[in-house]
Amino acid sequence: MSLPEPTQRPLTQHIDPSREAYNLVEYEAHGGYESVRKMLTELSPSAGLDLLKASDLRGRGGAGFPTGMKWSFVPMQSEAERLAKPMQKYIVANADEMEPGTFKDRVIMEGCPHLLVEGMITGAAILQATTGYIFIRGEYIEATEKLNNAIAECREKGWLGKNILGSGWDFDLHVHTSAGRYICGEETALLNSLEGKRATPRAKPPFPQVSGLWGKPTIVNNVETLANIPNIINYGAEWFKSLSLTEDAGTKLYGVSGRVKNAGCWELPMGTSARELLEVHAGGMSDGYQLKTFLPGGGSTPLLLPEHLDTPMDYTHIGKLGSRMGTGTMIMIDDQVDFLGALKNLEHFFAQESCGFCTPCRDGLPWVEKTLDKIIRGDGTSADIEWLDRATVNLNMGLTFCAHAPGAMGPLESALKYFRAEFETRINLHNSESV
Amino acid sequence: MTQNDTQLVAQLTEQEIQEILSLASHYDYPQAASIEALKVVQQYRGWVSDESLRAIAKLIEMSAEELDSVATFYSLIFRSPVGENVIMLCDGITCWMHGCDQLKTRLSETLGIDYGETTADNQFTLIPVTCQGACDRAPVALKNMQLHTELNETSVLALTKSDAQQPGGSQ
Repeated sequence: MSLPEPTQRPLTQHIDPSREAYNLVEYEAHGGYESVRKMLTELSPSAGLDLLKASDLRGRGGAGFPTGMKWSFVPMQSEAERLAKPMQKYIVANADEMEPGTFKDRVIMEGCPHLLVEGMITGAAILQATTGYIFIRGEYIEATEKLNNAIAECREKGWLGKNILGSGWDFDLHVHTSAGRYICGEETALLNSLEGKRATPRAKPPFPQVSGLWGKPTIVNNVETLANIPNIINYGAEWFKSLSLTEDAGTKLYGVSGRVKNAGCWELPMGTSARELLEVHAGGMSDGYQLKTFLPGGGSTPLLLPEHLDTPMDYTHIGKLGSRMGTGTMIMIDDQVDFLGALKNLEHFFAQESCGFCTPCRDGLPWVEKTLDKIIRGDGTSADIEWLDRATVNLNMGLTFCAHAPGAMGPLESALKYFRAEFETRINLHNSESV
Repeated sequence: MTQNDTQLVAQLTEQEIQEILSLASHYDYPQAASIEALKVVQQYRGWVSDESLRAIAKLIEMSAEELDSVATFYSLIFRSPVGENVIMLCDGITCWMHGCDQLKTRLSETLGIDYGETTADNQFTLIPVTCQGACDRAPVALKNMQLHTELNETSVLALTKSDAQQPGGSQ
């Protein structure tokens, strides 16, 4: 069939919460799996990769690494080599959505599971991967069921299995359900977990693209990243870039939560401002509440202030403010929240979720939580604030094995920078009371 | 398998064994199904006992010690008995701002248990859980792995009605 006209909302065009998600027949009737057909009948793997590179797609899991560049490190075989003996390679969807305040991948998987499956088959065709896994958090029962159904339909129809579309290429896909632990979202920890081990991160190099799952070349990408691939293959890199308001290409699934009038998740042009997200889409703060500060893209992204609301929400602009766009799901913290309590909630999460492998993270994060607790209780001293300052250095990038503890330092460091008076007031309060 | 091994694996039901082997077939190495295998047994028995753990380990060709190190790492695997119903209250940042501590107090008062405890009649276990990815509908909780959203101090008490038939409850 011919492709429908391109849309402004490629990720959510088929999502309508008032009806069931499309089954395979309905999805195909709306252009579904055309990107697989195009990859296998019109484009070579290298042409597919070139499109991906040219699209400027960046990883939607939080790091924002250019997807095409990441994929270009995967070793490729010539067609003759591959047909003689295909190299075992894996493609893995990171559906372990556990960043606090993040609820976007759920929207894709529950609303249009076939889009992720198509993204993985098309992606696998580019990489010439042999097996795919969707690594999904254990609590996402509905999404798991829908993905399993979509995969079964695809096996039945021949989009998965042996000799897909007569191309000589075999590919199968499985859903792997997890059982908690935020660290599974770190890509090398995810690979250990997928192998059935404790989810401790691996040393890099070697990078997963070369030596990943069971030592084979492996690509791990976030759900939203993979879900962008079908439309990039169908409509091209220039179309994808034209969707954005800024230099960072495409659309973005943004979200807003907290005490706002209409919390939710929306697909909008990349670079939409935080103010538009809050005021137009989320309807503003709830009556009687003022915005004090916000986490732009999940619990590990450094705080921003109301004065930053007009900044375009993309990797580049939010990065320039010393924060990260992260997952693009904003958590609004209002003037009536116990601010230090909210910070402690975040640090408790990170302390609890440390995998325990490296000392600064395993021992440092509980100490951060304990120190915050002491200050909140009114037993803090200026030495405790100084200790927190030191923690933001000693638990940061380069001094820990992975990015978990540095992520935990994001909100703490920015809280000490923007709201130092709140820490000091608690201490002074204590000192004046005890005199 | 030796006769001892066979006896060990026979701790599991035929259905559990079939489900585990079916999951293990997704991978080149059966150990990759370790977490899913633990979940299969937990689905039927509510938790994973030492006997079950040794049987699973044998079935997927792991040492029991290694499997236990996996089982104790993942927060949704229970290595001690839980009640017929498991209530998991989300304590993520958004649910916290929406009053999950107050919900916890209400549940604790009603059930007479704290986090990590089970009621004397073995009906309910209460535990906290990390952000559930439903922050637009906060505050939320899982009861027997089913999501309940937009809770308040009244509606949360509906979770304390017995509901042993849902998945996650004992067989």
